[in-house]
Amino acid sequence: MNKKGLISIVFLVLVVLHQDFWNWDNAKLVFGFMPVGLFYHACYSLVAALFWAFVMQVAWPSELEKWADAESDQGKGEIK
Amino acid sequence: MTTVIVIAIYLGLLLGLALFSKTLFRGTSKDYFVASHSIGPFMLLMSVFGTTMTAFALVGSTGKAFERGIGTYGLMASSSGLIHAACFLVIGIKLWAIGKRYGYVTQIQYFRARFESKALGYLLFPILVLLVIPYLLIGIIGAGKTIAGVTGAKLKPNGEMIAPGVFPEWTDNGAIPPWFTGLIISAVVLTYIFAGGSRAAAWANTFQTLVFMVMGVLAFYLISDRLGGLNAAIEQAKESHKVRTLSEGGEVGVSPLTFLSYMFIPLSVGMFPHLFQHWLTAKSAKSFKLTVIAHPICIAIVWVPCVLIGVWATGIFPAATPSGAILAKTVGVLVKDPIIVGLVTAGVLAAIMSSLDSQFLCLGTMFTNDIVLHRAKKEYSDQQILLMARGFIVAIVVVTYIMALLLYDRSVFDLAVWCFSGFAALTPLVLAALYWKRATKIGAYACIIAVFISWITFFAMSGFGGEFFVFGGIVPAAVMWFVGAAAMILGSILSQAPSNETIKKFF
Repeated sequence: MNKKGLISIVFLVLVVLHQDFWNWDNAKLVFGFMPVGLFYHACYSLVAALFWAFVMQVAWPSELEKWADAESDQGKGEIK
Repeated sequence: MTTVIVIAIYLGLLLGLALFSKTLFRGTSKDYFVASHSIGPFMLLMSVFGTTMTAFALVGSTGKAFERGIGTYGLMASSSGLIHAACFLVIGIKLWAIGKRYGYVTQIQYFRARFESKALGYLLFPILVLLVIPYLLIGIIGAGKTIAGVTGAKLKPNGEMIAPGVFPEWTDNGAIPPWFTGLIISAVVLTYIFAGGSRAAAWANTFQTLVFMVMGVLAFYLISDRLGGLNAAIEQAKESHKVRTLSEGGEVGVSPLTFLSYMFIPLSVGMFPHLFQHWLTAKSAKSFKLTVIAHPICIAIVWVPCVLIGVWATGIFPAATPSGAILAKTVGVLVKDPIIVGLVTAGVLAAIMSSLDSQFLCLGTMFTNDIVLHRAKKEYSDQQILLMARGFIVAIVVVTYIMALLLYDRSVFDLAVWCFSGFAALTPLVLAALYWKRATKIGAYACIIAVFISWITFFAMSGFGGEFFVFGGIVPAAVMWFVGAAAMILGSILSQAPSNETIKKFF
């Protein structure tokens, strides 16, 4: 499987994990102060950051930067 | 009064920063609109994050958590951590590259070229302006509610007065009236963006984002301390708000269908015109790396405390308390030190102004480049261009200011969701433009018109800005997104493909 395929699958898994239906009615507190449904989603934010760090590492579109800096044969746009 | 003085000092500091950034302003329209593509990774992160976090993030999230409970975080914050970053990567970097290569400073310039239609801009411009206006409204309304909350009389839940308002001779409860707050906030933001354009906005956003993140954490610590610590604070909150279970009447909690379909709303960042402009300020594509990775963490730093404060407030205030005033009331009632209250309020205003500036700026940029200069027969000087941009911004601010006073009682969270929904529904347009060679002018027109009609219809059905769901709990943004995508696909398939020249230019 190529990198883009792997990233797409992990992305979809994260979308599914976001739904955490198993926490819906769970009123337990983590560390005595954090409702578990909130704690799960706070951790989810950290996992999302790790996921994007991984994506940056393995699938950075370096060719885009070169393309952006290249001399255009179509001329510049409308900006004065 | 001390609280008001602290807030005034903060606003003064902000204006001082604007004067400093003016010394860096190069005087050209390119510097005014996109800071000459010179913004590095940290300032890009702070300005993009500060722009996406507004009254919605602090005032709205606290109020929504007070109404619906912890589900508020999953509805917008954790999903945004995933979806926003995806939009920055998939849409933002590519648009930055195209904008830099061909010199575009607005989305419309790109769409006109990509879809080979000048008239497309005249259709899209008023729709984008119309959708940005609710975003501006929540800033001005949120600021008014926050200042009124901290300067008004402090009452116990039984109505007994704890302390009088700051200006008892001015209003009934002694609070600074919303019309005055709106005026001051608009004037400060206008002053610093007029001083230095995009560069001033980036500097001010960096400063303000740091301020509201620090003050949010400070408010969280102080409120929990006054409630007897983190454990005691959550103990006194209503049990119904510690889970996502939907209450019998549907007032508290979230339905699974709503929770799922809310994932469409953060897609809005892919079409925000002000974010497009921020992306173009980036010095290089690498500047985006920090923004993509750190954005979910920054969201958590701001939203987790706000949602917890909203949940804690359920044990302090009666359910009928206006949700927009919850943050200000909690800070005002529990944190009695006027200097701290002033600092925390300054943090809330920082979050609001760091979005307003980018929105004001982008509206001026769009009007100048997409409407005036687009068909201009004569050459305008940089000074004339800046004058036109500023004139249009002032006109929009006046309209927004009047509307904010008329719609003051609306929910900040719900108004924001309507704005985000419209932009989210337009993302098939930008995705197709960037990644589908067969996407055509007719597809683009069909997409924009279909989204606009569906948005207006749902917005009217909601009573012009209220909470509204379709098919038993689905947010309108999800339906509109599919309507927009279907119109784009059908319109493109049934029409002639773009020219080879256009495809070669953009793919």
